[in-house]
Amino acid sequence: MTLGFYPGCSLKGSSREYAESVLAVAEAFDIHLEEIKDWNCCGATAAHNMNKELSLALPARILSLAEKQGLTELVVPCAACYSRLTVTKHELSENPALKAVVTEANDLAYTGSVNVLNIVQMLDKYIIPNLEGKVVKPFDHKVACYYGCLLVRPHEILKFDREEDPQSMDALMLKAGATPIDWAFKTECCGAGLSVSRTSSVGRLSGKIMGDAKDRGAEAIIVACPMCHSNLDMRRDAINSYLGEKVDIPVLYITQAIGLAIGLDRKTLGLQRHFVKVSV
Amino acid sequence: MSSDSHHSGISGLGGEVLGHTDVKVSHCYQCGKCSAGCPLSEEMDYPPSVIMRMLQTGNPDLEDKVLRSLSIWVCLTCEMCFSRCPMSIDIPKMMDFLREKSLNEKKSDPKAKEIIAFHKSFLDSIKYTGRLYEIGLFVDYKARTLKILDDLALAPKMMKRGKLNIIPELIKDRSGVASIFRKANKKNKN
Repeated sequence: MTLGFYPGCSLKGSSREYAESVLAVAEAFDIHLEEIKDWNCCGATAAHNMNKELSLALPARILSLAEKQGLTELVVPCAACYSRLTVTKHELSENPALKAVVTEANDLAYTGSVNVLNIVQMLDKYIIPNLEGKVVKPFDHKVACYYGCLLVRPHEILKFDREEDPQSMDALMLKAGATPIDWAFKTECCGAGLSVSRTSSVGRLSGKIMGDAKDRGAEAIIVACPMCHSNLDMRRDAINSYLGEKVDIPVLYITQAIGLAIGLDRKTLGLQRHFVKVSV
Repeated sequence: MSSDSHHSGISGLGGEVLGHTDVKVSHCYQCGKCSAGCPLSEEMDYPPSVIMRMLQTGNPDLEDKVLRSLSIWVCLTCEMCFSRCPMSIDIPKMMDFLREKSLNEKKSDPKAKEIIAFHKSFLDSIKYTGRLYEIGLFVDYKARTLKILDDLALAPKMMKRGKLNIIPELIKDRSGVASIFRKANKKNKN
């Protein structure tokens, strides 16, 4: 089967192992992910912090292109892109005047018909029903499933999982053979877009997350967002200096962990690209 | 909306917030859950609940302080405040409006210079190529902030792991994206 695919910028650059693992897992289940042709950046945090119209027009262009390509379901692995596309769909359906402005700016037809799926929804719908028979090497580790902000908030718009103590990733990881732990930082912010401009804040916020995962015995942190990954993995020096100790718990995308469980090659899943060695 | 018109703050900045975002600052009863849950409140000059109170007063001096605050820029839009607000006040949506207004009125806090520079560099990158070009973003950000040495060790490590593209990804319809920026910037000088 074929599903639409919006990788977003991170998956083409600093988080390319996320794209590699998403595509590899999909392929293992005979799912073809068809990329939107000539897609643009969703605008991310910068656009909605600086210019509302831009923050809606950029995602609307992406959704229009998907419609034009005949895609009805769109897989968006980046939690930030998922948030921007879903918020845009919501705002444009609630506000016809805004929809008119944005459609005019884009000069493309937009109906809002494309169904946007985050990676957990995609895995839940298309992978999990067939996962059991495929698990050859259960991911037998204690894992801290870290959801971050944009996968679950705001619930009024996303309507996905619970805002406090969500469960969907825990349920998936359980099926991949892992033991998800109870912990307190599932949806605390990692520092997100302040990574470059205020690295010390990221060291503190991500440090608290890492500290709790470690105290509760996590052997790996499982994520579904490139920003969460880069802050917890690439910013490990800032985290360690906040914590005052060296923590070497690896951070895996959920598709990398599931990929390992179904016996995919570590290199195919891009594990060698991480800053913190993936020892599990 | 008319039922709110007798509340304080409705004619000033609080009224503008209501008009542009439908967020009702008058609904805040100062429980403080937003400030308690905000991961950045300890780095803010005024935590979210205090911003709400400042807007409720309708006092122009306090409203000016809100637009000049560091708070609105260190806010990560993590949505924690909104999710925990017993009155379902969409504080992050209000923060987006306040940031845009603060920029347009050239009131942004100098201490937020790096944060704003990063956003500008990010948007410039996608304006010209359609997609984010990370090396271009870093170079542009460094030029804007003169933070030449920060993160210098990061680039080669990313490169070694295949995490940085040397050549930007250029989309075909760059003029379409440029036109979106032009139209969106008409009302807005950022």
